[in-house]
Amino acid sequence: MKSITKQKTFDEIKEQLDGLDKVFIVGCGTCATMTKTGGRDEVLGMKDSLQELGKVVTGWTVIPTACDEMTEVALRENSEAISSSNCILVMSCALGVHKISCYIDRPVIPALDTLFIGLEDEPGNFHEVCAQCGQCVLGQTAGICPLTACHKGLLNGPCGGTNKGKCEVDITKDCAWTLIHQRLEAQGRLDLMRKYQPPKNYQATPRPRTTKIA
Amino acid sequence: MSTRFKEALNSGEFVITSEIGPPKGTNIEKMHHHIDILKDKVVAMNVTDHQSSVMRFPSIGGCLAVKERGGEPILQMTCRDRNRLALQAELLFAYTRGVMNVLCLTGDAVPVGDHKEAKGVFDLDSVQLLRTIRQLESGKDIGGNDLDGAVEFCAGAIVTPEANPIEPQLLKFEKKVEAGAEFFQTQAIYDLDNFAKFMKYAREFPVKILAGIVLLTSARMAKYMTENVPGIFVPQNLIDELAAAPKGEAINKGIEIAGRMIAALNKDSICDGVHVMAIGREELVPDILTAAGF
Repeated sequence: MKSITKQKTFDEIKEQLDGLDKVFIVGCGTCATMTKTGGRDEVLGMKDSLQELGKVVTGWTVIPTACDEMTEVALRENSEAISSSNCILVMSCALGVHKISCYIDRPVIPALDTLFIGLEDEPGNFHEVCAQCGQCVLGQTAGICPLTACHKGLLNGPCGGTNKGKCEVDITKDCAWTLIHQRLEAQGRLDLMRKYQPPKNYQATPRPRTTKIA
Repeated sequence: MSTRFKEALNSGEFVITSEIGPPKGTNIEKMHHHIDILKDKVVAMNVTDHQSSVMRFPSIGGCLAVKERGGEPILQMTCRDRNRLALQAELLFAYTRGVMNVLCLTGDAVPVGDHKEAKGVFDLDSVQLLRTIRQLESGKDIGGNDLDGAVEFCAGAIVTPEANPIEPQLLKFEKKVEAGAEFFQTQAIYDLDNFAKFMKYAREFPVKILAGIVLLTSARMAKYMTENVPGIFVPQNLIDELAAAPKGEAINKGIEIAGRMIAALNKDSICDGVHVMAIGREELVPDILTAAGF
């Protein structure tokens, strides 16, 4: 699983830091390092940019995995620099921002936008394959999720906007249902696509979603 | 109960429908004018539902105007802007006001329209919407709850005979038929040979097919459509014919072409009728029909 992020515009970061002049920066050594949005290089780059802006950077760290249990320990190790700051700027996905907010009693500011949970198909190229809907249909759709890969999330086949196997919204993207049709045809399983799919249960696990492992 | 439109479909006559685009705003004069010039020329008029994802006066409002002015409306309903509660509620309302023909569509994507940051709903898709109509007719909503008063509709859908690739679209066409579609209005067709091939396939199903006729207004527009609009193919000879028209005469050539196509479809009983779309130039529809010999 990779949490795909992109850096917010510097203007937006600046706006969020309005009135907060002493900043401690946290990066993440896992997904955000791989996507080059919150690894060591990006954290140091942010440090320079904030200093140019006149902010005081009281310290920085790159936590191995910002969303796991070790985050509390990593923050404790930096407690001195954190206590002299008046906010934490987090360069991880929203999971890390959330986790850090649980341990810190001062403003925690996201520097990144979390886009999706995705796969890297070729270096530097990420795409979303699962919307984490809670009701997996991949067994009927040859491993391609129509809820995720179709712009409209259609369950019963393509819309009329598809053209030459591409999506009407973005011709650089494949039409999910054209791909599903091709794969099912190759598998001799087109009957799966002919089957009516009823409206989806969007309350299978009502939000906010939780689960407990027995 | 049967609607005028449904009776026409079942009568064996060559059925002609057209389209009304509601206004962007509250000035409904032009829409009324289009309704008035079309209501006696066509069997029924579709009223578009935020066509191309552009926010407009609602389809149901346009349908009521068609009714009030003596025409037969076909309510276009897309799945883009309403969830299953809102879609069912509107169907209940439409029925009580005598709007009893519905065309079920997925709807264009949000980003192609004029509210690009809006949330696209797509809680149901077009196949599910068709089934919803049949469920409401049974006296229950799609939550399985009893209705105090059911509905009855003549329900239809669309199909794109020129889609590339066509197979996934045909599979969906069949799902729409199974879901209860009684009629289909097609995306614009220009290649009559190819359309005849599609009709040979479609004739296997118990549905009425109205061929989509979109008025070509210039060679440029025809070229643009064939290059950019999914599911539309304008043969080169038609583009050449429009290009050869004297300056200012392309629109008349477009009317002639549309009329010629309709006449050919009618003469050879290729399909059950036509759906004529002049896209903002509805006042030209009577000329097209005259050119077709109606």
